[in-house]
Amino acid sequence: MDPVISVGNLWKVFGSNASQVVASDELKSLSRQELMDRTGAVAAVRGVDFDVAPGEMFVVMGLSGSGKSTLVRCLTRLVEPTAGTIMFEGEDILEADAKRLRDLRRNKFSMVFQHFGLLPHRTVADNVGYGLEIRGVPRAKRGERSQEVIDLVGLTGYEKSYPDQLSGGMQQRVGLARALAGDPDVLFFDEPFSALDPLIRRDMQSEVIRLHREVGKTMVFITHDLSEALKLGDRILIMRDGQVVQVGTGDELVGAPADDYVRDFVKDVPRSHVLTLKWIMRPPRPEDELDGPELPPETVVREAVRSVLSADKPVKVVRDGELLGVVADEEILGVVAGEA
Amino acid sequence: MVAVAEPQQAPPQVSQPGPQQGSRPIYRSKALIAGGIVLAWLVLWLVFRNVGTLSLDASALTPLHRWINSVNDAVGASRNSNPLFLYFFNEIRFVIDEFVTFVQALIAQPSFGRPVPVIGWLGVVAIAGFVSLVVAGWRVALLAVAGFVFLGLQGLWQESMDTLSLTLAAVVISLLFGIPLGVWAGLSDRAHRVITPVLDFMQTMPTFVYLAPLTLFFLIGPASATIATLIYAAPPAIRITAHAIRSVPHNTVEASESLGATWQQTLVKVLLPSARKTIVLGINQTIMAALSMVTIAALIDAPGLGKTVVKALQTLDVGTAFNAGLAIVVLAIVLDRVTTAATERRKLPRWAMFGGLGVTGVAVYLSYTYLWAAEFQSDVEIGSSIRQGATAVTEWVQDSLPVITGGFKDFVTLALINPLQALLAESPWFVVALVIVAFSFLIGGLRPAVVSAVCLGLLVATGLWQDSMITLASTLVATILVMVLGVVVGVWMGRSRRADRVIRPVLDAGQVMPAFVYLVPFLALFSASRFTAIIAAVVFAAPVAIKIIADGVRAVSPATVEAATALGSSSWQTIVKVQLPMARRALTLAANQGLIYVLSMVVVGGLVGAGALGYDVVAGFSQGQLYGKGLAAGVAIVVLGVMLDRLTQAAAKRWTN
Repeated sequence: MDPVISVGNLWKVFGSNASQVVASDELKSLSRQELMDRTGAVAAVRGVDFDVAPGEMFVVMGLSGSGKSTLVRCLTRLVEPTAGTIMFEGEDILEADAKRLRDLRRNKFSMVFQHFGLLPHRTVADNVGYGLEIRGVPRAKRGERSQEVIDLVGLTGYEKSYPDQLSGGMQQRVGLARALAGDPDVLFFDEPFSALDPLIRRDMQSEVIRLHREVGKTMVFITHDLSEALKLGDRILIMRDGQVVQVGTGDELVGAPADDYVRDFVKDVPRSHVLTLKWIMRPPRPEDELDGPELPPETVVREAVRSVLSADKPVKVVRDGELLGVVADEEILGVVAGEA
Repeated sequence: MVAVAEPQQAPPQVSQPGPQQGSRPIYRSKALIAGGIVLAWLVLWLVFRNVGTLSLDASALTPLHRWINSVNDAVGASRNSNPLFLYFFNEIRFVIDEFVTFVQALIAQPSFGRPVPVIGWLGVVAIAGFVSLVVAGWRVALLAVAGFVFLGLQGLWQESMDTLSLTLAAVVISLLFGIPLGVWAGLSDRAHRVITPVLDFMQTMPTFVYLAPLTLFFLIGPASATIATLIYAAPPAIRITAHAIRSVPHNTVEASESLGATWQQTLVKVLLPSARKTIVLGINQTIMAALSMVTIAALIDAPGLGKTVVKALQTLDVGTAFNAGLAIVVLAIVLDRVTTAATERRKLPRWAMFGGLGVTGVAVYLSYTYLWAAEFQSDVEIGSSIRQGATAVTEWVQDSLPVITGGFKDFVTLALINPLQALLAESPWFVVALVIVAFSFLIGGLRPAVVSAVCLGLLVATGLWQDSMITLASTLVATILVMVLGVVVGVWMGRSRRADRVIRPVLDAGQVMPAFVYLVPFLALFSASRFTAIIAAVVFAAPVAIKIIADGVRAVSPATVEAATALGSSSWQTIVKVQLPMARRALTLAANQGLIYVLSMVVVGGLVGAGALGYDVVAGFSQGQLYGKGLAAGVAIVVLGVMLDRLTQAAAKRWTN
């Protein structure tokens, strides 16, 4: 399947001499700090590449200052990238003129912001309908569509409220509804739940998972929270100092960290919740009895514990009838005990 | 003598918060140098007293003054032939004049061949009530109606309407330019960078200074008055609109952009609605500034209440001045309440809307048709009772309390004003100049010293050196009093929520009052003298200084204060060792603003016996042969202002870093 978004060698440099920096291979190879010292320019995004598949939930994770917020703004050109390509459904967004870009923003993608960005002088319904209003949808139709998405995000009954009358979580539901109202192909989330307290955050995460399942949109989700990334992401991109450190599924990050940075990051993740059997299986040894139960390699360790420990023979990890390896008590216990 | 004691006492306070090591000896040696300078000054003053003071008689002129007079005459002669005038200044004057005359014809002056204005008092009261009802609600509408009727009962209806006409005309034009400019400065960083210093300049310039040059180009009368008012009243509208646009949260704008809004859509649907409340606040400021300036513009023959006050002040008729001053206050209160209440969003029921509209329509029709509804005639004339009452109170105070009022006045005059003035105005000019430059260097380094030297040179060039020094002395005394008041009341307000709640509204009300109004009660108490002018300036400037200091003290982190208390500091120690040093940015700002406010009252003070530059300016307006001198005096005030402003800012920079 063709990717919805394909980002190639994307650079964003802040500073008056930005274009010189990206034109010079020597300057591009410097670290952020060195570049800052030499030229005064700040490289927020440095040569980032990745693809997002249709319907995928793609998470970009990094600590503050890693360039992730700048990256997501480059994707919609709220921040103008310095160099690189961003292909969206086969079209290079960087080539789009102002009008085309507006069309794209109105119809193809929309964004949910960390601090909501709601209009305080408008009701919930008018906030949700704002995007439709600016593309000239007639009032009646707007009201209809707003009501649909308000119902979808669970805000029924609050249509006439003003944002300052709502809690943080509900305000973000308004932000979510506004983004959904235009029926975009892609939703961008810029740390949408960072400003919420933990319980509300968990609710909202479940809400996004539900919506992802129901509406099937492609989503790009920015976060600084690893557990959020692991919970939501089909694939996760880890950013550091503006560069990609690793892209992979949650179990790939935990099972095969690309470097010490990622290893340190995922150190405290409960491995049994993330790792699958393919990460802990071993080749069968001659003494193994190979007539035990079978499990697919994608089984998460936590869910395999009971069957492995209750079986008196090693569990076979099998895909399409092919034996990939075996998992016995010691492998399972190695993972579970390692967390304690 | 204060002038001696002050510089010596200041440095130890300064050195207290000094964070770097080794700052103490520097301050100490600076204090020694300052003391030495003052000592030398005193000796030179004793030796050369009244030598080289560059004094100039009240009616004497220098060549510069005569030259300005001749320029004035030349401009007057070419007014109808020079293309610059024909196609530019005269056009502007014509358009503004037409507009003002039109507004006056509506509500103030007999017009269109009628013996009365188009809309009589009943109509105006009804319109004022209805507009207040729509934008500000029932209570304010009642206040507006009562206030306007009161103006009529004072016997000042026409004067009030003249003042209102000029104010409205100036406000409409100010907003017509101000709001778009403000939006532009809010959207574009470059525009903001260009506009800000211009606005700073417009606002720091003492109010009266542009009156004289304006009359050169636009003659005296309503048009000049309106233009002067524009200059004074437009900056708040521009500044606050820009600020309002700028303080709309970035993420709201970004959200709108991310949904594909064009910039026009973002402006109209996001920025302006979000900024509405603040912009209305700016309109409020503009209206209050305009009202203040329109009354002051009486000096260049603007019609209205200001003229009544000026005339009464010149004849020391306290009763009449008080009555007209009261009318200005009433007008100010009504305009302020209406526009302040307008910041709140409200919706009037349909029936009230149409009912109000109907009643207003009928009232306007009646006032157009019938004389009783057009001309305010009443058997209940309270104006004369107010005049008589005020005169009686004044006489009683002057007869019965001379010990208190006279004692206070004599004390300040003898202990502060006289010595400082003697030192500044009776020393040879080069000695004073040297001392000021030396102090500038001591306070701020080379750059302020150069600025001071240039400013002092300009003062000499205006031919008004001695007058400038007398004004400087009064200004310094007033500023010292402002700072004393500011620190005492400001610290009290900063430390006590309750004090703040009680005092702040009083200060706010004080700032709303047009500058003139202050003079009246003090004129009653202290008669015409330098002291009266100084006290009026102090009352005018103190609210700003107090508020700045109160906010500064309040802004000191509660944790630090708590820590100081936990270490066992007494309240006094907390104030002196923690709160004031940490609020020193506010203190310097208060001193700076206090100075500028005091200076802007110099000309007003000239009306009540302050003499010196203020008198020169006032006399220049009224007597043709003194025009040049008045203009030079205006320039001298600006030069003094620039010098003191730069000096305090340099001191602030040194002190707060």
